[in-house]
Amino acid sequence: MSSRDLILGRVRRALADVRRDDEQAVPRTYLREHGERNAAETVDLLAENLADYRAIVHRTDTAGLPGVIAELLAAHGSSSVLAPPALPEEWLSATEVTRVADRAGSTPHELDEVDSVVTACALAIAETGTIVLDGSPDQGRRRITLVPDHHICVVRAPDQVVPSVPLALERLDPTRPLTWISGPSATSDIELDRVEGVHGPRTLEVVLVSGDGGE
Amino acid sequence: MSGTFVGMPAFPKAAHEAVHNATLRGNLRHATHTIRAKRAKAVTEVSDWAELREAGKRIKDHTLRHLDRYLVQLEESVTAAGGTVHWAADADEANRIVTYLVKATGETEVVKVKSMATQEIGLNEALEAEGIRAYETDLAELIVQLGKDRPSHILVPAIHRNRGEIRDIFAKEMSEWGRPAPEGLTDTPAELAEAARLHLREKFLRAKVGVSGANFMVADTGTLVVVESEGNGRMCLTLPETLISVVGIEKIVPTWQDLEVFLQTLPRSSTAERMNPYTSMWTGTTDSGTADGPSTFHLVLIDNGRTDTLADEVGRQALRCIRCSACLNVCPVYERAGGHAYGSVYPGPIGAILSPQLRGTGSEIDASLPYASSLCGACYEVCPVAIDIPEVLVHLRERVAQGGQVTEKGAKVVLKPAKGHAAERAAMRAARWAFTHPAALRTGQRLASRTRRFHPRTLPGPGMAWSASRALPTLPAEPFRDWWQRTNGGRTEQGAADGARADGNGEWTGGGEDSGK
Ligand code: SF4
Repeated sequence: MSSRDLILGRVRRALADVRRDDEQAVPRTYLREHGERNAAETVDLLAENLADYRAIVHRTDTAGLPGVIAELLAAHGSSSVLAPPALPEEWLSATEVTRVADRAGSTPHELDEVDSVVTACALAIAETGTIVLDGSPDQGRRRITLVPDHHICVVRAPDQVVPSVPLALERLDPTRPLTWISGPSATSDIELDRVEGVHGPRTLEVVLVSGDGGE
Repeated sequence: MSGTFVGMPAFPKAAHEAVHNATLRGNLRHATHTIRAKRAKAVTEVSDWAELREAGKRIKDHTLRHLDRYLVQLEESVTAAGGTVHWAADADEANRIVTYLVKATGETEVVKVKSMATQEIGLNEALEAEGIRAYETDLAELIVQLGKDRPSHILVPAIHRNRGEIRDIFAKEMSEWGRPAPEGLTDTPAELAEAARLHLREKFLRAKVGVSGANFMVADTGTLVVVESEGNGRMCLTLPETLISVVGIEKIVPTWQDLEVFLQTLPRSSTAERMNPYTSMWTGTTDSGTADGPSTFHLVLIDNGRTDTLADEVGRQALRCIRCSACLNVCPVYERAGGHAYGSVYPGPIGAILSPQLRGTGSEIDASLPYASSLCGACYEVCPVAIDIPEVLVHLRERVAQGGQVTEKGAKVVLKPAKGHAAERAAMRAARWAFTHPAALRTGQRLASRTRRFHPRTLPGPGMAWSASRALPTLPAEPFRDWWQRTNGGRTEQGAADGARADGNGEWTGGGEDSGK
């Protein structure tokens, strides 16, 4: 007998007391979101929670975005920046920093040489201060937001901002590789002292971009 | 199960040794109290905590009650997404499968992300024996591995080490395993973390095979979820060409939507955060077009005592555990005895009910674990899936003391009352009153723990005598060490006189305030 059949057989015998038609529905009486906020307040909460977990938050509009990105790269002293394949051209239009494309053949060692990475995101969750990447072409492969030490993530606000975890899961596609990021990496393994930045990017900057230019 | 630490003394002896270690006690106390306070704050932030907890419990119960169906569904989903599913009945089989899979890649080293399942089966040792080196990449696991040590806490496995010790371990041992520690390394946490970053980075960048566990497996989509803080998990899950995930069969949730419960309760219960820094979710392999992440994915599903646990109608609730470690941090016994005393990778209250079920109560340590508790109920109160740990402890005590029918490796066997547990049998006789009055026992427990903030030093009625021994989690007047010596390791304190002390075998907590003599 295969181990598969062995284990499934054990499970069925172990559950001899359970009626096979016993289908109790799970009570989902918990909240879909906590509190009532309008769109602007939800974005404010996101900014607050991101900052609380030591992400650096910036706000701008569409027209101001290239300038902000250029400034952040300069302030970080970056000489190279990774760009996922479908990053909007104009985002990097104001910076002179060398643009590096992520090629299928790029080795982790090559990525380790790059100073910064700029990406979009799939969505952001206000209540938890989380950004979620789903590997879409404007975000790129998971590795590019992992190996460089400086990640700039652009969130379109308010349309990419959801209030809560339940509302986020509804909008995400499980077949895509997902990375949920809530602040830069951290450890409390040494006497519970929080130390930011162990293996992922040690600096996470989130740029909240409001609608169309004029706002 | 090969997870028993060889030569492990039974709980009382190991606990006795631990409490004499002042460093360990100090570290544990600091750590558990810190996390405990933070967790309470994180939980009060969500107004629907009780509803989330109930939903989490019900989702897990439903899954367990139909586990065969969800396992088959998971296998289909993972396979359809390009993964390969393997089934391992026990630790040896799981180790054989993983060793074979690693060898098939031609590699002789793997990077690992912290996984209790692989610790449980002793995977690192099994790989080592076959000439494959497994590098632990979680900072705490690295400290443990370099220090040739054992983990002592689910969440912060090196909690028993302070910064000076960690500095010494890094300075001395890192060069053995790869990039040496920087010259002049000090003991500031930031510098130690930086040393670990540099040491591990070269391993991540060259790694071809990653080994992980998983916090959740979603049956309807085939998605696996790993929740972490440091980014070492993302490294192991993303950079290698081959990923092997070793996961207990109970880690399933039926649907994608179910994650909405656990992704809210796990981080808050565990690290007391609204959300942990990184969560990775992947479904099989991504198509070759984007080449995002490993091109080969193996899922090894392990039983290793889980189906035996499932067969026990009372004990099966232990399989709901999402390994948040909240129960460790509130446990006064854990705080004093330390994780190592539990003789298993699962320490604290959850270990006390899980290990004797996964491994059976045949060994002295496993037979003694159900007694490693005061039944104060704090563990139940904080548990995000509402595992009634005191109920299972009492049930397992009964099993140890009186014997009875259990399932071992899928077969029903009848246990004799355990030899060498005369004290426990006596304790059980003393407790008969409580067992024949289960409602009284239960009410006493629940009231004592639920209202403990309101200072219920005593309860009315029969609960009075009972609750007199359970004024937890305040610190006992009598230190564990003194109590232990006075009572000969708990063997002479019967507390039987009042007939109401279910735990009359003499848990230390009662010692100070109600010696029972
Ligand atoms: S038993 Fe409950 S509190 Fe303890 S680790 Fe498991 S889920 Fe957490």
